[in-house]
Amino acid sequence: MNWTLIMPELALSLAGLLALLGGVIPKRDTSYGVNMAVFGALLLAGVLVLAQPEGTAYSGQYVSDAFTKFTKVLVVAGAALGVLLALDWNVKEGLAKFEYPVLLLFSTVGMMIMLSANDLIALYIGLELLSLSLYVVAAFNRDSGRSSEAGLKYFVLGALSSGLLLYGSSLVYGFAGSTNFDRIADAVGTTDGTPFGLVVGLVFVLAALAFKISAVPFHMWTPDVYEGAPTPVTAFFAAAPKVAAIGLLTRVAAGPFGDLAAQWQQVIILCSLGSMILGALAAIGQRNIKRLMAYSSIGHVGYALMGLAVGSELGVRALLLYMAIYVFTTVGTFAVLVAMRRDGRALEGVDDLAGLGRTDPAMALAMTVFMFSMAGIPPLAGFFGKYFVIGAAIQGGYVTLAVVGVLASAVSAYYYLRVIKVMYFDAGLGALDARPASISVILAGTGLFTVFFFAFPAPFLAAAQAAVAALIG
Amino acid sequence: MNAAGFPLLSLLTFLPLVGAGILMFIRGEEAVVASNARWTALWTSLVVFGLSLILWFSFDKTSADFQFVEQAVWMPDFGLGYHLGVDGISVLFVLLSTLLTPVCILASWEAVQTRVREYMIAFLVLEAMMVGMFVSLDMLMFYIFFEGVLIPMFLIIGVWGGARRVYAAYKLFLYTLLGSLMMLLAILTLWYMAGSTSIPDLMQLRIAPDLQIWLFLAFFASFAVKVPMWPVHTWLPDAHVEAPTAGSIILAGVLLKMGAYGFLRFSLPLLPQATEWFAPFIFALSVIAVIYTSLVALAQEDMKKLIAYSSVAHMGIVTLGIFSLNHQGLSGAIFQMLSHGVVAGALFLCVGVVYDRVHSREIARYGGVAKVMPVYAGLFMLFTMGSVALPGTAGFPGEFLVIVGIWQVNPWVALLGATGMVLGASYMLWLYRRVLFSKLTKPDIKALLDLSPREYVTFAPLVVLTLWMGIYPSSFLSFFEASVTALVTRHEAAMTVSRLAGM
Repeated sequence: MNWTLIMPELALSLAGLLALLGGVIPKRDTSYGVNMAVFGALLLAGVLVLAQPEGTAYSGQYVSDAFTKFTKVLVVAGAALGVLLALDWNVKEGLAKFEYPVLLLFSTVGMMIMLSANDLIALYIGLELLSLSLYVVAAFNRDSGRSSEAGLKYFVLGALSSGLLLYGSSLVYGFAGSTNFDRIADAVGTTDGTPFGLVVGLVFVLAALAFKISAVPFHMWTPDVYEGAPTPVTAFFAAAPKVAAIGLLTRVAAGPFGDLAAQWQQVIILCSLGSMILGALAAIGQRNIKRLMAYSSIGHVGYALMGLAVGSELGVRALLLYMAIYVFTTVGTFAVLVAMRRDGRALEGVDDLAGLGRTDPAMALAMTVFMFSMAGIPPLAGFFGKYFVIGAAIQGGYVTLAVVGVLASAVSAYYYLRVIKVMYFDAGLGALDARPASISVILAGTGLFTVFFFAFPAPFLAAAQAAVAALIG
Repeated sequence: MNAAGFPLLSLLTFLPLVGAGILMFIRGEEAVVASNARWTALWTSLVVFGLSLILWFSFDKTSADFQFVEQAVWMPDFGLGYHLGVDGISVLFVLLSTLLTPVCILASWEAVQTRVREYMIAFLVLEAMMVGMFVSLDMLMFYIFFEGVLIPMFLIIGVWGGARRVYAAYKLFLYTLLGSLMMLLAILTLWYMAGSTSIPDLMQLRIAPDLQIWLFLAFFASFAVKVPMWPVHTWLPDAHVEAPTAGSIILAGVLLKMGAYGFLRFSLPLLPQATEWFAPFIFALSVIAVIYTSLVALAQEDMKKLIAYSSVAHMGIVTLGIFSLNHQGLSGAIFQMLSHGVVAGALFLCVGVVYDRVHSREIARYGGVAKVMPVYAGLFMLFTMGSVALPGTAGFPGEFLVIVGIWQVNPWVALLGATGMVLGASYMLWLYRRVLFSKLTKPDIKALLDLSPREYVTFAPLVVLTLWMGIYPSSFLSFFEASVTALVTRHEAAMTVSRLAGM
């Protein structure tokens, strides 16, 4: 029994329990200490992930390889940044409760289990641990109607997708005879003429996962939940869980159902096309910047899925790279959104950024970098993400995907430019409140990453390569 | 290593960024910051220009190979490398960019009073992108710089531009972006086929004619917008009118050359059959551009818009020359690109000089300026003559060579193209008459002062070049002699091969 393999998850869960005790037992408010402890625990988990040996444990339920390492490091980084982002916000909104970081921590455990899942049951457990934590944090501002609405909406639709997942899993189990990914792969590989039920099950599983990554046509909840949830929670939603869900989707598609590629590719191609087009068009009319970012994230998922749709080694590699870049630019963008506050009141309109170029040049510059990067303008990081994804599509002969990708990218440039236009070209309504130090640190870090990615791409490319090799072999 | 003994081209590309980095850390009161920013930017651009003169003196004119080559590993698994170098076609554009940048900074010395530091940063970044684009020998790097230009240009027009700046900035950005993304598809396809994006490697590639057509169209989408060719030129007048003076100078001087340079660097050598196949189509568009936009220029009420339309007409001559695919035509096109860079830049500067004083670009607002600004009138006359291609000024050798080149291909096209020269003379001289002569009646025009010492300095290099290029064009033509010969030979060889294969 190789139980030490699961050390990062164990350590993180233990830290979560301790943090809970640390929050409950003392009489005074310990939320700051708990926040810091959780941040430390996440960093520790990141180190443990990097040091994790490769192999499988728990009768093949849990797997650790270069792919899980790559995605888990991203997830842990996204979660750690999410904890930092919320520090100041929660204090100002009167939400500084120790439960918040603990919930983020448990959702991270859930994501890590998802990514390491090598069995449909483990997958489900990880996904539910993530989802239950997210339902609560979405409604974390419980006195706000919008936040509660977001939580409830997310819960209802999340429950529906869980149902789909379970239904699909049971079909797969029934036709493949096992829930273990390796067994399923054997069943898919050997049967001459794949059983129809297996394909149906696969489609249900894919649909459930498409819910989690908010790919079209399962995206409807995204704008409402993004808008309603407190901004740091939205930031968290947009970053870590997306990586985890896309990583999981990639593993499920390429691993157990690798031989059914012809079946799932059609689904993924449709999701990818739909997401790119909707992300580009629907965001144009948005006045609320959180809604805008919601549609933008739908578009980005479309691009990432393009890598999977191609199904080649280069495609998956491009997908991983895309997600890595996406996480950092998204966290950076949301750091600006979290800092949008005037006279102590949080702001959400795109127009509220007016004049930022004058009142806070550093933050405006950072936001400009993120917007141009998301629009895919070289030499910023986002360009390389798109470059490799579209390159993979062309290499695989999926010219339609590539052409729709570039057209959608030209359209989406319009609304990213609008943010820049508002910041620099429009007259301001007065300065925003001074941004807290935690936001400045995040902005500097993610901004420098986005600008200088072109100079040091090699380690990221190598890590993505190793991850893909582990997955596809 | 290369002929300079040190990584000259990298230095030319990244030194402006260092200057921009320094500018970011200037602290103090606004006036102090502004003044420091101006001087830092000026010195940075002057140092870059000084360094670029090494290219002028030690470039080997007898060779058609890439010189001052620098190579480094970047993303080896993907065949993407860091690869710089210049040949006869690109070397003078590097010099044009490094020369026009200090001119632009001087031109905006007093015209730009708000957010001076950000303005100078934008200009230095722009210079880095322009130089980088001309020295890139890697297709992906070329694309990065080609697109990267949009970021500073968008901000320069949008922040420091005129009344309709937002519209103009958007139009410039989205038009160019859409075209460029098509080129990105072509680049990705070539990358997939060759496994590398290095331009010398790609030159070895033989591409099937059917595919060439698609690739040509994809490149064409990008370059035609950038040139700009009729009918995708409409972003240019808007951008020119709304841009600050320096923005117009750099737009006309260098940015318009990027499209034509792209044709020379990619379409001609990589896609010979498609180039031949599309040449009549390009001729048609170019002739329409020359005649139609010249007529449109005649009807303009706005000085900048008039010069902008004249730019479209002049670039039509350039595309005619490029697709004549013979020695004279190509040499003429490159020469015309250079001379247009100098002359159109200078004309926008002339407009900027009176705009700074009167704050209007409307032709009707002026009249009789020559009486109060005689030196200015003399300079304006020189550049007007340059624009109408009077022998002895920079405009003549290029247009002449292009007409000679195109005559060998199709005399009718040559004839139609040459009407552009006639129309050019009419709208430019009419502009000159309306602004500088006619009656001096308006009181604020009467009070105008002639050029300041700073403006003399700004104009000086442009005057020298306009005359030098007109009187002794050989010192410029000799730079690209060998490269053009190699390009023509290469094209003819490729066509012969394909004809043989066709038989």
